[in-house]
Amino acid sequence: MTSIKQLPYEEYFLAGNGSCPGCGLTIGLRNVLKALGKEVYMVVPASCSSVVQSPFPNSSATVPLLNTPFAASAAAASGMVRALKVMGRDSVVMVWAGDGGTFDIGLATVSGAAERNEDLLYICYDNEAYMNTGGHRSSATPLGTFTGTTPTGKRENKKNIPLIMAAHGIPYVATASIAFITDLYDKILKAKDMKGFRYIQIFSPCTPGWLLPTEKSVESAKLAVQTGMYPLFEIENGIFKISAPSKAYLKKEKRKPLTDYFKLQGRFKHLKEEDIKLIEKWVDEISEEYASMDGKKVV
Amino acid sequence: MSIIEEKKGVSNVKVVTANEAVALAVKCAKVDVVGAYPISPQTSIMEYLTKYIETENLSMEIVRVESEHSAMAVAMGAASVGARAFTATASQGLLYMAEMVYWVGGSRLPVVMAITSRAMGAPWILGNEHTDVLLPREWGWMVLFPEHNQEVFDTIIQAYRIADKTLIPVVVGLDGFILSHTTMPISIPDQSVIDSFIPKDVPKPYALNTSNPFTHGNAVHSNVYLEFRYDIFRTIEESEDLVDQVDKEWEKLTGRSYGGVIEEYLLDDAEVAIVVIGASSGDAKQAAKNVREKYGIKAGVIRLRSIRPFPVKRLSQIASKLKAIGVFDRNMSPGLGGMIATEVKFALYDLKDKPIVQSYIGGLGGKDVRIVDFEKIFTELKEIVDGRIGVQRVRWVGLDLAAVDSYFEEV
Repeated sequence: MTSIKQLPYEEYFLAGNGSCPGCGLTIGLRNVLKALGKEVYMVVPASCSSVVQSPFPNSSATVPLLNTPFAASAAAASGMVRALKVMGRDSVVMVWAGDGGTFDIGLATVSGAAERNEDLLYICYDNEAYMNTGGHRSSATPLGTFTGTTPTGKRENKKNIPLIMAAHGIPYVATASIAFITDLYDKILKAKDMKGFRYIQIFSPCTPGWLLPTEKSVESAKLAVQTGMYPLFEIENGIFKISAPSKAYLKKEKRKPLTDYFKLQGRFKHLKEEDIKLIEKWVDEISEEYASMDGKKVV
Repeated sequence: MSIIEEKKGVSNVKVVTANEAVALAVKCAKVDVVGAYPISPQTSIMEYLTKYIETENLSMEIVRVESEHSAMAVAMGAASVGARAFTATASQGLLYMAEMVYWVGGSRLPVVMAITSRAMGAPWILGNEHTDVLLPREWGWMVLFPEHNQEVFDTIIQAYRIADKTLIPVVVGLDGFILSHTTMPISIPDQSVIDSFIPKDVPKPYALNTSNPFTHGNAVHSNVYLEFRYDIFRTIEESEDLVDQVDKEWEKLTGRSYGGVIEEYLLDDAEVAIVVIGASSGDAKQAAKNVREKYGIKAGVIRLRSIRPFPVKRLSQIASKLKAIGVFDRNMSPGLGGMIATEVKFALYDLKDKPIVQSYIGGLGGKDVRIVDFEKIFTELKEIVDGRIGVQRVRWVGLDLAAVDSYFEEV
């Protein structure tokens, strides 16, 4: 396992970019690119990343970057991968998409590319809503959450995209978090050297969208893991494995109270006790399910 | 087979549908990546291409995607790193793909797409109509429209030449079913002829690479967007001569040319002419011959091969010698007229001695338009010239409202 001191000094996504203070996606992207290095092509659909990379003639990316319409990234990346193959170039093609572009509008495209097992690395930075439009619910938004289009709280649970991706039979699926950089870094390193479609979903807090103090970004991401709201795991060649940062929290008694996580964020401010109970039930069920899957072939 | 090819001994004649002609041209163009999704009447293009790839050991990659939107996205991703890319679609498929088509136009990527024309729903309809092919003319693409299978093959090759030169993607439209599913002999030039005509090692300033990384398509402010659009406008406007020139150069190599932006038929002494695109042009030409013989009407045909660039220069030269033009549109702009008729009027408005322009709409949804229909257009144009009838905003060809009424009566 890589230690924090071993992370490269090189920066591939430059400072001075257009992100908000405390932005989770840029913490994630910065470290993902450290793991991938220079030989990578980035494909970015409509998302905060379209803006964060900075407008023409500037760009914060020091690797080649192709912007695409919202639903197109996995298909554009497929075309790119095939073209590089024909041209004999050996580089990683990485999609860097948000949850709206992955869970919702881009799902058919992501599924198509996964079914074809295209040789690309698809990363979804999950900030649990359409944040670029000003914070609107996606199917990644958790139950009860306030957004611009769920003013009294979302009525539905978060869609379990990692398991849906695993059901495609792709070689690698993982969840990661910007609060556990070395775990994230190692997952990227592992995925980089694999062939076929690799899916990694990174929990990425959004300070304005979550009504979260800017200095609490990493802390809230840590609490999401410690409360069981966002379990970290890998599914490698069909075998499910809970990742080290989540290991202890599969047991209910070890988990921190959900309110520790909720109270940092304005998006959960309106939750009543019965709402929290419902969410807790979801956390309990999914933790139990993952505990029972740990170490087993699940696909 | 052309005399030149006979002499050179390079001809390879095959009897194929226009869809197979497209697939053969894509193979001969050494396309690197194809985005493939089925839709009638385009599907057999992808069947042929997948067959070539799987049985002939080509280095071409075909990505069998899950939607037309993705088919164009594949072409875009491939072209963005400098590969030669192709896709094809029709009708609903083009509409579903539309966002990507516009994006590729704005990206200035030299993608070529075949559209086998087909009407669009609702209601469900399979028949031929040109509205779909014409839509990308507003989306930053060139739009070429060949008449027959040989020209379809040749135009796909020419399209890559034009796209590589201008960095404007090119649509090649062909009549659904009428061409796509009809066999005709075509002559395929020697591969070396095609290689020299559309070399792959052309400058690609847009191509992403890791040694000189840059960002493609990131946000711009409005201080440059208008200027980017202007550059697309100007490039397409100035390509009228290029389409002519590419067609002439092709003639030097193969003995075949199609008049560049416009094929002119019996126009030297013509008084009236029909503007038409695609496969119906053959019927229009026959009708021109017939009305000359039968009624002594000095009739000719203006076949637009290029819709974008719209051949304003050549059309103006031709039109200034004519008294009336009937524009036959197998498409419509609802409530206004035929799409091409409105463009012809725009193009000719500033001419000093401009002909009368009458818009005709017909053949929508694959309704048959016959030689006699074109003969009638010629005789009407003559009557308009002679002042016996007036110009209407639109004259409809084959419109039979009584037939529809009869269904409701039965109900």
